[in-house]
Amino acid sequence: MRDVVITGVGAVTPLGAGARALHERWTSGACGIRDGEAPCADFDATDHMTSKEARRADRSTQLAIAAGDEALADAGWDEGLPYDPDLIGCVLGTGIGGIATLEGNHDSLRDTGPASVSPLAIPLMMSNAGSAALSLRHDLRGPVFSVVSACAAGSHAIGTALRMIQHGEADAVVTGAAEAPLTPLSRAAFKRMNAVSPTGVSRPFDARRDGFVMGEGAGVLVLEAGDAARARGARILGTIRGYGASGDAHHITAPHREGRGGARAMSVALSDSGLTPEDIDYVNAHGTSTQLNDRAETLALKVVFGDRATQIPISSTKSAIGHLLGAAGAVEAVATLLALRDRIAPPTIGWEEPDEGMDLDYVPGTARPLEMSNGRPPIAISNSFGFGGHNATLCVQAA
Amino acid sequence: MATTATPQSVEETVTESLVNFGADADAVNRDATLEDIDIDSLDLVELTQVVEEKYDIDLEGSDFKNIKTVGDVVDLIVAKVG
Repeated sequence: MRDVVITGVGAVTPLGAGARALHERWTSGACGIRDGEAPCADFDATDHMTSKEARRADRSTQLAIAAGDEALADAGWDEGLPYDPDLIGCVLGTGIGGIATLEGNHDSLRDTGPASVSPLAIPLMMSNAGSAALSLRHDLRGPVFSVVSACAAGSHAIGTALRMIQHGEADAVVTGAAEAPLTPLSRAAFKRMNAVSPTGVSRPFDARRDGFVMGEGAGVLVLEAGDAARARGARILGTIRGYGASGDAHHITAPHREGRGGARAMSVALSDSGLTPEDIDYVNAHGTSTQLNDRAETLALKVVFGDRATQIPISSTKSAIGHLLGAAGAVEAVATLLALRDRIAPPTIGWEEPDEGMDLDYVPGTARPLEMSNGRPPIAISNSFGFGGHNATLCVQAA
Repeated sequence: MATTATPQSVEETVTESLVNFGADADAVNRDATLEDIDIDSLDLVELTQVVEEKYDIDLEGSDFKNIKTVGDVVDLIVAKVG
């Protein structure tokens, strides 16, 4: 089967515009959370697109467009597509879609009647708006669609893109995810579920954790068939080694108590990659800072990795940028790749108090060098688990 | 509340809307084709929404069948207002 390489990455996150800002600022211990939320505070869509393009896009899609432009330029695609457009796909994930558009138009409907609803409401709010926008913008004519699996959507999108290239449906796929959920309805709804941290602090795996901090952003990766990328002389950042997905079939929101589905996603990702627990140098955890997730994920890691579980550095990007919901898996894949490239494990910011039975190495305090056993480029897994019991794990290796 | 329409005021409204939709202000004039100024069917639906409310008129999609220029749009609206 064809290997699948990563040739470009882009991100807009609460740590700033750019994959570099995400990687460097998280690694240095910076946190993008302010007043209990993690907005992309400095993001102005018209810095990245025309005002017409910005009007035609919900904020979630604007974030995807900006991250996509960065990723394509990073891959060296800014001078033109390197393959037949028919063989370049686009698969993006989202948890919700254009909820700000939906809420704004619902306000118009309620306040001034049906005639005031915008004709742009549907194309802006549809959950596939992100993949549609990138396809239109960059002339991507292969398989183009979006995947929706709550907070696992980004990882499912990348996994789907991986399969598309492995199976020869596409030579390259622009993939990732975007989310812009900082709206009145979504804030109230997550709060009513008791999912959001009342103290406004994201401290995954810490005994005091009390819920996630909602954030917004986008991450985009350019994946190419390894043979095609090498033939064109592309700079290769890393490889998607494998992917595993599973369903909990347990509860609509709570993870299975022992992390059954999460463990299966990790096991499948390892076997799909042809790897064993001993090969994994770093785990980018889902680590939401909720009581249930972080305990279940810890238990799942112990099931899959056995004695090795306590020896692998495990950290959560959500300690630095909050929970980007559907975009989380994509942004975290970018963060994982760049951490591996620099051979470091970024920290779980704010982790101080161990919880009973949660005794893994969560990389407290500061980033630390990765220790590789046999000198080969480091390998990580990145976990994403979503409401509905959707689990996805990616296995990534640096070049 | 309908506003009194003169050909000049309709042209001003149309121009302002098209610029608001992203058309280049310097390029919008009566002779400019909608294609030239990158105004598409979705923009026309938005424009319809604006002028229907402002002038209390009803425009159908078929009204735009033979519309090619900004002047055609203005004339259509002026004729509807009567």
